[in-house]
Amino acid sequence: MKVLGKQENVHEFRDEILALCGEDTSNCVQCGKCTASCPIAPEMDLQPSQVLRHVQINSRKPVLQCSTIWLCASCETCSSRCPEGIEIATVMDTLRKLAVEEGLATGQEQIVAFNEIFLDSIKRHGRVFELGLVMRFNMASRQPLKDAHLGPVMLGKRKLSLLAHNIREKATVREIFRKSRRFFLGDKTGEAAD
Amino acid sequence: MFSGKACEELNMRVGYYPGCSLESTAKEFDLSFRAICKGYGIDLVDIPDWNCCGASPAHQLNEELAFALPYRNLLKAEEGNVKTVVSPCPACYSHLLNTHNKVVERQVLGDRLTEMVGGSYQKSVVSKHLVDFLFRDIGVERIHESVKSPLQGLRVACYYGCLTRLPGVDIDDAENPTMMDAISSALGAEPLEWSHKTECCGASLSITRTDIGLRLANEILEAAQGVKADCIAVVCPLCQSNLDMRQADVAKKYGRLYNLPLIYLTQLIGLALGMGSEDLGLDKLVVDPLPVLRTKGVL
Repeated sequence: MKVLGKQENVHEFRDEILALCGEDTSNCVQCGKCTASCPIAPEMDLQPSQVLRHVQINSRKPVLQCSTIWLCASCETCSSRCPEGIEIATVMDTLRKLAVEEGLATGQEQIVAFNEIFLDSIKRHGRVFELGLVMRFNMASRQPLKDAHLGPVMLGKRKLSLLAHNIREKATVREIFRKSRRFFLGDKTGEAAD
Repeated sequence: MFSGKACEELNMRVGYYPGCSLESTAKEFDLSFRAICKGYGIDLVDIPDWNCCGASPAHQLNEELAFALPYRNLLKAEEGNVKTVVSPCPACYSHLLNTHNKVVERQVLGDRLTEMVGGSYQKSVVSKHLVDFLFRDIGVERIHESVKSPLQGLRVACYYGCLTRLPGVDIDDAENPTMMDAISSALGAEPLEWSHKTECCGASLSITRTDIGLRLANEILEAAQGVKADCIAVVCPLCQSNLDMRQADVAKKYGRLYNLPLIYLTQLIGLALGMGSEDLGLDKLVVDPLPVLRTKGVL
């Protein structure tokens, strides 16, 4: 077990989250309302209230490696019910970005891949090309025939476009992607180093 | 156009941000909303050359993208000279609204987005979700008075999903919203009290963790069936496809075939206004709503 020296900031992780998204996790009183409300709690390895507790006690790695931050569907039930007014779903978003930034996103790679393919679709076309997104996701997650039975149903209903729709100002959107940084750092502007 | 004093043309010119799903899996949401707006004489103006709002992947992976993508749409709305922008998708709506609010609050964010997108947003756009627009702008009273074929006896479970809780959204009670119920009543239908009106449909987990998506769908469908719903009314393209398209998979996993139609509220309104089922895209729903609508004498 790591023993903190006198000079170490025991609230380093909490401060980091606070600086990145403005949410102060030290307000959490561990009432467990978020966990009781979370529709995905049964499948999570850490419960939402445990994620907040880990942040409070400066336990960084377990949080950035847990499945919870990826399984969170951003339904905001926790945020709307938190008696301390913590935007828990926003904290989850911040933890996801940190996990990706530090290469710690593990265990739910297919969710990270889905998000990346989704964004790439916007970058290419300006809008999401749903059929292309699902096909690319299936290839990336090595399950090429996943949901193949739904294809004929959706095509029969003429609900899936076979071709992507490209917006006129695709170049502007691409430029937005090029300039974008994972975190908005207030007035410290500058371009992404990609 | 509908006739009668209460149904006189609204003569509104309103911005419209369809969002990506309404061009594919939710075409019937688009069709039916455009149809009822046309009926009320509302001029829907598509935001010129709109782009995707970034959806969940942007706010999960890249904060600046999550603001910059909606920001460009707000700029485009101003270019198109519209003040109010209606979004059918709750996520799109929340992203436009939240970006506007954050830019109003923080000058420094507005400056950064102006630099990223290449244009300065004048903060003039008022974002509305479609159900709020139906409820407050068209108005429940007006909808009620323009009903030609009441949906008498149709038991409707109104499903709101996460709409009322999303960031920046304050249009109805977060825990027990009633706007859709009030509209259903105005159509002559019977809105039901039920437990799962604001439960989560799982969003994109239906693709990335289908096991979780199916569990959530089963719970919601079971709750609706438990109150003897004839159908579930929805106002979100993702809720609709998660609950409609996957009922066969739910049956396979849980051994229960619900066969419960997931009908867009705009389609129910169109039906009550006397519009044809094909004009409203009812044929595009996976679970066929026509049998129950015929049994109830609505069609």
